[in-house]
Order: sequence, then C-alpha cells, then structure tokens
Amino acid sequence: MSNFRAETRAWLEENCPSAMRTFMPENEQVAGGKQAQYVRPEQKIWLDRMAAKGWTAPTWPKQYGGGGLTNEQALILEEEMQDLGCRIPLRGMGLSMLGPVLLEYGTEEQRQTHIPPIVRGEIRWCQGYSEPEAGSDLASLRTRAVLQGEHFLVNGHKIWTSNAHVSDWIFCLVRTDPAARKHEGISFLLIDMADPGVRPRPIRLISGASVFCETFIENVRVPASHLVGPLNKGWTIAKRLLEHERKGIGGIAARNAAKFEIPLEAVAKRFAGEQDGKIADPVLRDRVAAYSMDAHAFQLTRRRAAEEAEAGAPPGPLSAMFKLQGTELNKRRYEMLLEAEGFQGLGWEGEGFTSDELRFTREWLRSKANSIEGGTSEVQLNIIAKRVLGLPD
Amino acid sequence: MALILNDEAQMVRETALSFFRERSPITALRKLRDDNDPVGFSRDLWREMAELGWTGFLVDEDDGGSAFGMTGLAQVMEAAGRTLTASPLMSTALLGGSLLSLAGTDDQKAEYLPPLLAGEHIMALALDEGARHAPNQIATMAERDGSGYRLNGEKTFVLDGHIADTLIVAARTDAGPALFLVPGEAADRTRLTMVDSRNAARIRLDNVAVGPEAMLRRGPALDLALDRARAGLAAEMLGSAQEAFDRTIQYLKDRKQFGVVIGSFQSLKHRAAHMFCEVEITRSAVIAAASALDSGANDAAALVSLAKAKANETLFLCGNEGVQMHGGIGMTDEHEIGFFMKRSRVAQATFGDTRFCRDRYAGLMGY
Repeated sequence: MSNFRAETRAWLEENCPSAMRTFMPENEQVAGGKQAQYVRPEQKIWLDRMAAKGWTAPTWPKQYGGGGLTNEQALILEEEMQDLGCRIPLRGMGLSMLGPVLLEYGTEEQRQTHIPPIVRGEIRWCQGYSEPEAGSDLASLRTRAVLQGEHFLVNGHKIWTSNAHVSDWIFCLVRTDPAARKHEGISFLLIDMADPGVRPRPIRLISGASVFCETFIENVRVPASHLVGPLNKGWTIAKRLLEHERKGIGGIAARNAAKFEIPLEAVAKRFAGEQDGKIADPVLRDRVAAYSMDAHAFQLTRRRAAEEAEAGAPPGPLSAMFKLQGTELNKRRYEMLLEAEGFQGLGWEGEGFTSDELRFTREWLRSKANSIEGGTSEVQLNIIAKRVLGLPD
Repeated sequence: MALILNDEAQMVRETALSFFRERSPITALRKLRDDNDPVGFSRDLWREMAELGWTGFLVDEDDGGSAFGMTGLAQVMEAAGRTLTASPLMSTALLGGSLLSLAGTDDQKAEYLPPLLAGEHIMALALDEGARHAPNQIATMAERDGSGYRLNGEKTFVLDGHIADTLIVAARTDAGPALFLVPGEAADRTRLTMVDSRNAARIRLDNVAVGPEAMLRRGPALDLALDRARAGLAAEMLGSAQEAFDRTIQYLKDRKQFGVVIGSFQSLKHRAAHMFCEVEITRSAVIAAASALDSGANDAAALVSLAKAKANETLFLCGNEGVQMHGGIGMTDEHEIGFFMKRSRVAQATFGDTRFCRDRYAGLMGY
C-alpha cells in the first residue's frame, strides 16, 4: 500500500497541472458532456489524463474504463489528491449515481455502451425522478411509458432535473403498469435528450442560480433496449440509485474540508476579533466549537464505516445516517459562517463585499437544498426508524 | 488510529457485556441505594473484576499489569455503563492505576500496586474544590514541614472518597503542583448522597502530615490520567446511552395507545432516529479517543474532549427522551429508565461538562 501511495503521489505531482491545484470555484466544476465548456484549458487536460487512468471512476472495473482500484487504494488516491490540493477532475450524476447502478443491474451491452463515456466525461447524465405531484412520495410518479413493439412511447413531466439543460441523457423513472400497486408498476429507462420531444426548462432558485430544471417529455420513442432491469421492477433500482445519491450529498461536508476551504474559525476570528489566539466573542467561540466538534465526530463516523466495510462487514446501519447528518451539518456550517460574518455575510452582489463573502451567501442558499434533494431529512429519519430501528408503519 | 476493534478488544467486550449483565444488573445498584450500603459498591464484585484483569489494563507489565490499554478498558467501561454498575473502575483502575503507573516511585508501586491490582485496595483522586471541574484551580496547600509536608484544604466530589484506602491529593507546593498519597483515614470525610446513587465524598485535610515518600513524581501524569478518565467515562456514558436508547425503542414497540403501538407515530420515530444517529456518532468519537490515547497520538487530548462532550450530550438526550417516551411509568421509581437520566447529570459534571470540553477543544485547535 505504501508503494501505491508513493506511485500515486508521484503521478499526481507530474500530471496534475498547477492551475488544477487551486481552489475550484463553482463555475469551474467539470461535469463533461457534449455541451461542456471549459474556463481554462487545464480543466480538459486534467480530465483527460485522469480519465485515461480510469481515475475519474477509481473503483469501477477496468474493462469499462474505470480505475480498477480497491476501496483502500481509492481512499489513498483521494487522500493524496486532497493533500496536493488537486481538483476533482469530473463530477456528475453519471459517475455518482447511474454508473454504479448500471454496473449492478445493467446488461453487458448497456455497460459497454454507457459506462466508458461516463468515465471519460463525454456524456453528461441527469436524473428524471421527481414530478410536480411526486416529491417525497416519489412512487406516485405518473410519467407514462407504453411498450409498443420495440419501443416505449413516453409522456410526462419531470421536475428538479438538475442541469437537464446541459445534459445529454436522462435516466428516468416511468410508470409502465398503471394498474399495479404504485411501487410495482415502475420501470427504469434511459432516454437520449437529443430527441426534440425532451424539453428542459431551467428554474431560477433562491440562490439566483438555475441548476434545477423541469423537463417535459412529449411523445418520445425510446428503444426497448434502454430499459434497465426487468419491466415493472424499476423501484428496486430506483432505491439503490438513491442510496448512491445520498452518499454523494452526504459527502458534502467531507469535501468542504478540502485544502482550500476557509475554516470557520478563521472567519470567526476575522470578524469577531482575536484575543490571546482565541475567538474574542466567547459565545461565538462556543458555538463554533460545538459545530466543529459535531463535524469532527461525523467525519470519524464516516471513517469508522469505511473501516468496517473494508473489514468485510455488510453495509451497516451507519450508512443510513450519512445523508441526513452530512446535509444538516453542511447547512449548519453556512449558518455559522453567516453568523460570524455579520453584515458582511448578507451581500447579494456588487461592491462592498469580497468574492468569498458573496460566495458564502450564495452557497448558504444553495445548501438549503441539501436536506431536500435525494430524499428530505424527514424521509431519511423515516428510513432510519423503519429499516434500522424496526419501528412499525 | 483504528476505529474498529481488534479481536482481543472484541473478546474483552464480550466478556464484559455478559459479566455485567449476569453479575450486576440495575437491581444491584437499586439494592445498594435502598440498603444505604456503607461502601456503595460490592467488594466481592470488585474482586471478581480484578481477577478478570481489568484493574491492570493501564498498569505496565513490569509493575504487574497487562498494559492492555484504553481501548480494552473502554469496552469494560461501556459494558459497566449498560447496567449502571457502581464500582471503583474509575477511581481505582483508571485514575489510581494510571497515576501510580505513570508517576509512582518504585517504592510506591511496590507498596500500592499489588493490592490495587488484586482488588483489595481502593484509591480516590481528591482534585476538584469548587462546584465545577477545574483541575487547574487548586487552593489546597502542601507546606514544607521538615522533610515532609503538611496538607490543608478541602476537596469535593471525590469519587469513592469516603471509603478509599488511599487518597491521591492534588495540592500546591512551593515548587508547583503535586500529588500526594494520603491514608484515607487521615482526612475528615463526609459521604455525599448523589442523585445517581453513586459514590462521592467531601474531604477535609486539616494539618495532615505526610512524609517525603508520599509525593508522586512531578510531571504531566495528572493530565494524562484525567484524559484516560474522561475517555473511560465517555465510554461508560456511551454504554448507558445505548442501553437507555435500546430500552426506549423496545418500549415504543410494545406500548399501545389509540389502538396502535406508539412507535408508529412519526413524532416519536423521528426523535428515535435522531437518538440513533447521536449514539453512533458518539461511539465513533469514543473509539477514536481511546485509540488515540493508546497510540499516544498528538490529537489525543482533542479527541478525548470531543468524546466526552458528545457523550455528555448523547446520554443527556437518551436519558431525557427515555423518560419522556416512557410517559408516566418513566416517572416512577419502580421503573429503571429514570436511573439513566439521573446518571446522565452526574456523569456530565464529572471531569468536564460540555462547556469545559468545548473550551478545551477550541483551545487545542488553535481558536
């Protein structure tokens, strides 16, 4: 393992452009796809180098373009990247959600077709789950797919389809048997958004950004071979994908600990003053410590779960809490940042505020979605109560 | 730093869990309380615990212990916490054993450690003097008197102080703070009857004369021993929190109102799920603290502060929610859930409440 660490570090030092070892602003995150735009050429260079090694998807099998690393090796890669301040070369729903599901449930043909372009960042995926009338009660979704010979005819209205306007494909939950009980008539379908019947429309959010969309699907013909898993058995796949999604969202707190993140205590010292090395306001100091200790204990819990998994324990009840805890902590972090900044945390745009101050305000607003998307905190509590604690409906 | 137990620690854990379940259920604590037991724990039980080797986990092998370490002892503490067992684990094994092992002279070790390890000698740390844990605010004086010292001062909340064979007294000297081994009967001792039915005493030292051989070697031993005590107490509190939580979940599944089990109500489900998360997060912090102490890691003191703070909060939560969710029956003395809530308050105050732990953590983290 120490060999692997040394080799990995050497490779990163040689191949990661210095421009990619800097703080990554929101608009420089790379998600790939046919419409990808790169602010700096190094973004694409870094993506291509990492993709060539399969390290955009470190643990996926090599035969599909992945890195073929063990979990332990992937953790070392992550640690070395964090230590050097390397940016994450590629992010997206293909990597974090669809890929793992195709590896588990897809046909060999589906894997060969879809996974390598995800690893290389050539195709960007979005998620067609929620509908206007199906939020937390996801299984009541009504987007209809009717099998007509070799094709499904799909009609429906999806919402919160993040980045649909810049995506190439959408993985959708569709109703294929309206007569069955609501969890039993759902299928998991891959739809090419090049079809003009798929029309995404961005929605402006409280943060001012428009990453979320609603997506209308009108008389779109989808080849039957784009069905993942058996017909009407999509709910099992849907839930598994949600587990991957929650892992990703719950990991936000971990990513924020990265090298360039401005520590909360530094912000508190700057705005509340410093006395004998301490945050001068004792009440704020106590609150900063309370938050930081909860975040620290949560990180230890993530590590414990990773160690348990590495030791061969089945995915335990711990994973159920990560989405809930990770998102609630991330929201709390931004609340604490704004609290520490006082007036300076309240700017929307323009002069009088630093770029970090404005960024924190926008990120504070964005963070509110963390505990809603991918299953609300309340849904996570229900899941823990039912699956882990065995409390009855 | 490992966050999962190795096979040896796992074995200690299983032994301890079944030992306390069989030999010392909560009825034992109730009986000690109702009998107004003069000792406050079972000496026979303590000898059995000594036979299992638990008194020697923090004592070097050269001194007759096993040096098995904090991770192992934390398993014992956690198991003891599940049944709220009253024993001198804290006063004698964690603090006495540590201090003698870390700072005892050869003569002191030879005199005190063999009976301590055998469960025949109880020790108690006489440290705090005010209403809160404040290890650096010591007024008790040890003044030079010939070759020895003369001790004057008052100590409070001395765990097992009223029956300790030997007190370890923290006092000021003209050369800085020091620890003295003082025979228990040399002090004026008042037993305090605590809300959790566990042992504590107020101690007055009135011109108590000790020889030069009574002083432990100067150094950082007290800080390290206190961190072991905090980590051990956090483990005990984790066990108590887990037990209160498990009992409450079971009650939610058994108790029927409005024709259904109350565990089907979402208002209770969400609070139960919240407790689950807090218990698990606390468990990670407790393991990390014990593991860091065993490896002598630089961040051990911060992790200990973290573990104690989380244990404070989580046992408080599970104790209070336990009583509330049990409803009226939880208010009765006959039911055992109330014992956990009572214990939570006392354990929180012991060796650092949450405010103390946060202040220390922030200081160690550079803010």
